[in-house]
Amino acid sequence: MATDMFTVSHTVGRVLCCMCGVAMAPNAANMCVTCLRSQVDITEGLQKLVTVLYCPECGRYLQPPRTWVKAELESKELLTFCIKRLKNINKVRLVDAGFIWTEPHSKRLKVKLKIQKEVINGAILEQAYIVDYTVEDHMCEKCSRVAANPDQWIACVQVRQKVEHKRTFFFLEQLIIKHNAAGAAVNIKQIHDGMDFYFANKSHGLKLLDFLSNVVPIRSRHDKQLVSHDTKSNTYNYRFTMSVEICPVCKDDLICLPQKVATSLGNIGPLVLCMQVSNTLLLLDPQTLRTAYMDANQYWRTGFRPLLHAKQLVEYIVLDIETEPGVSSRAGRYSLAEVQVARKADFGKNDTTFTARTHLGHLLNVGDYALGYDVYAANPNDPELEKYRNLDLPDVVLVKKSYEEKRARRRGKPRPWKLKALDMEIDPSALRQDPEKAVGEYEKFLEELEEDPEMRAKIALYRDAQYRAQSETASMIDGEGDEPPSVPLEELLADLRIDHESAGDASEAPEDEEMDDA
Amino acid sequence: MATRAQFENSNEIGVFSKLTNAYCLVAIGGSENFYSTFESELADVIPVVKVSIAGTRVIGRMCVGNKNGLLLPQATTDQELLHIRNCLPDSVVVQRVDERLSALGNCIACNDYVSLIHTDLDRETEELIADVLGVEVFRQTIAGNILVGSYSQFTNRGGLVHPHTSIEDLDELSSLLQVPLVAGTVNRGSEVIGAGLVVNDWTAFCGLDTTATELSVIESVFKLRDAQPSNIVNEMRASLIDTMS
Repeated sequence: MATDMFTVSHTVGRVLCCMCGVAMAPNAANMCVTCLRSQVDITEGLQKLVTVLYCPECGRYLQPPRTWVKAELESKELLTFCIKRLKNINKVRLVDAGFIWTEPHSKRLKVKLKIQKEVINGAILEQAYIVDYTVEDHMCEKCSRVAANPDQWIACVQVRQKVEHKRTFFFLEQLIIKHNAAGAAVNIKQIHDGMDFYFANKSHGLKLLDFLSNVVPIRSRHDKQLVSHDTKSNTYNYRFTMSVEICPVCKDDLICLPQKVATSLGNIGPLVLCMQVSNTLLLLDPQTLRTAYMDANQYWRTGFRPLLHAKQLVEYIVLDIETEPGVSSRAGRYSLAEVQVARKADFGKNDTTFTARTHLGHLLNVGDYALGYDVYAANPNDPELEKYRNLDLPDVVLVKKSYEEKRARRRGKPRPWKLKALDMEIDPSALRQDPEKAVGEYEKFLEELEEDPEMRAKIALYRDAQYRAQSETASMIDGEGDEPPSVPLEELLADLRIDHESAGDASEAPEDEEMDDA
Repeated sequence: MATRAQFENSNEIGVFSKLTNAYCLVAIGGSENFYSTFESELADVIPVVKVSIAGTRVIGRMCVGNKNGLLLPQATTDQELLHIRNCLPDSVVVQRVDERLSALGNCIACNDYVSLIHTDLDRETEELIADVLGVEVFRQTIAGNILVGSYSQFTNRGGLVHPHTSIEDLDELSSLLQVPLVAGTVNRGSEVIGAGLVVNDWTAFCGLDTTATELSVIESVFKLRDAQPSNIVNEMRASLIDTMS
């Protein structure tokens, strides 16, 4: 109580507002609120008219530079979006914001904002103002691609490979999906011997062409056709066609190199196997384990064709193997061996055996099956081969270890992984092939992927949500175990799908619908 | 009457001038405008002197005075002191003060009879103020500010103080000073009264930004409406005659 006795009471006096002379409690500016408002406008420099872009197809708003966010009218998300669009709003303190109702079809959004800002001598002024948003329709990239007339193309990239199988295209399709190389395509058509990509823009076509030249050895030709022109304004409308030919040599093909090429590659071969196809060809001489790279330029100078191709592979059984110690190449990927093999078809029928040198010394054991080219029985009709005099051809060229036997058990069972597919229109000319054969070819491609981790590394494999693991552990051991090679789980990507029902905030999800969870 | 003035684009004219009932000091500016404003109002009645104090132009904040005397900080040069002594009437005592708080104009506010001073001023200075200026001295604050000279301005007829002064403080101060006080502003809401306003018993000068409202407050509290230098004499004569008779 004693302390209360000495407290001095302070009654706040009244002063006159320096502008209008009204009596008021003194404040930092010594001006009444009305006068202060008339003196300073704290909304100065803030936007009051804003244009926002809205995709009428998918109902999303453009968040510059490139994100499209989905938001309902008068929703919290839309309010956040609207406030984010305002410049300089960070220079004031935002106290309150809310929508003012507008007709949904009026293409206007009105947001009432209440802001605070420090004015003269540290007086803080609060003011409410309305920002008017004009909603402009602007189709987003995705929708405009869907809505575009596929016949209205400007550039067409025709990719062809003159071979009997479609392995290359299966792989190319995966590469294109992974790198989104044909994302801008208006239409993709599957044609006999290849694919056609249609673009609304020449540069999109050139981009794909550039991509292809980086992943496969190609040669291309550009053509253009004049559609219309206006001499007065000097404008010309062209349609561009780029014809792309992929080299017909594929992985595992047996090639007889022309004399000149063989010499230029250091007297390799001339009978070589193609081990890998990227923008270069990797050639291996199975007799000596010598390898050589050949780029697209070098290849197209001669443009040789394979002597025997993967379809002509024959299964052999290894009767005897003798590795030559110390002879290995490509960081121990191959080692030279002398093998005695018999055709699987002959096995138990006659005693025909062959001896051959092979690069698969590290993989093969006695009793294993291997795939190889039966050069002995083949009737090659290759002009290059005939140019060589007294060339000593091997009877057998083994290419890879065969897992046919073991695969047979697993055939028909589902895989724990899957691949994505391009949305393609199938041309009648592509349907000449019998569908059962096409399925078989695709199956072969999948098996090839399981065998080759290098090939797998280039593309994206997705976990199959439908697949239920039947207590089997994934093994990737090539050869040693009983299991045929398969894809280890950690290599798979989770496929992210966003359903509209479950999406709490779909707007936050990335454009890209896949995520690496490995 | 109150006049609006500006010193080289600055509204803080109290910084550059000192006005009392017996003399007016004005800073030496680049142009004559400021000086002539004062001269046109005051030249007939009191001397208007252009001075510098310690080589600076902020004379209003450096010195304090009334009709009886003028106190200057220790930093004032001999030449300046001599000049001021020569120009002021002989009745005005001009004195240098050896005080640590050398901005005397900020620390002391006075009229011809009483003064408010900064709470930390020396006792010797306090005595000197009482002797030279002939005033009663009170150590006070104004609305919690110790710089009484900056936040108040008063004459023998009235006074203006910091706008945040509470009613209790206002009552206490006006009973000390024996003049009516009002809380107010100058220069469009500025609360540094001492810097924005110089005033004596019959005229006032304030910054160019001062609004009409502020001006009317100043005129009414300092009773400048019909004030003339001669009025005081007349008033005095009347009262003298009244007491003599």
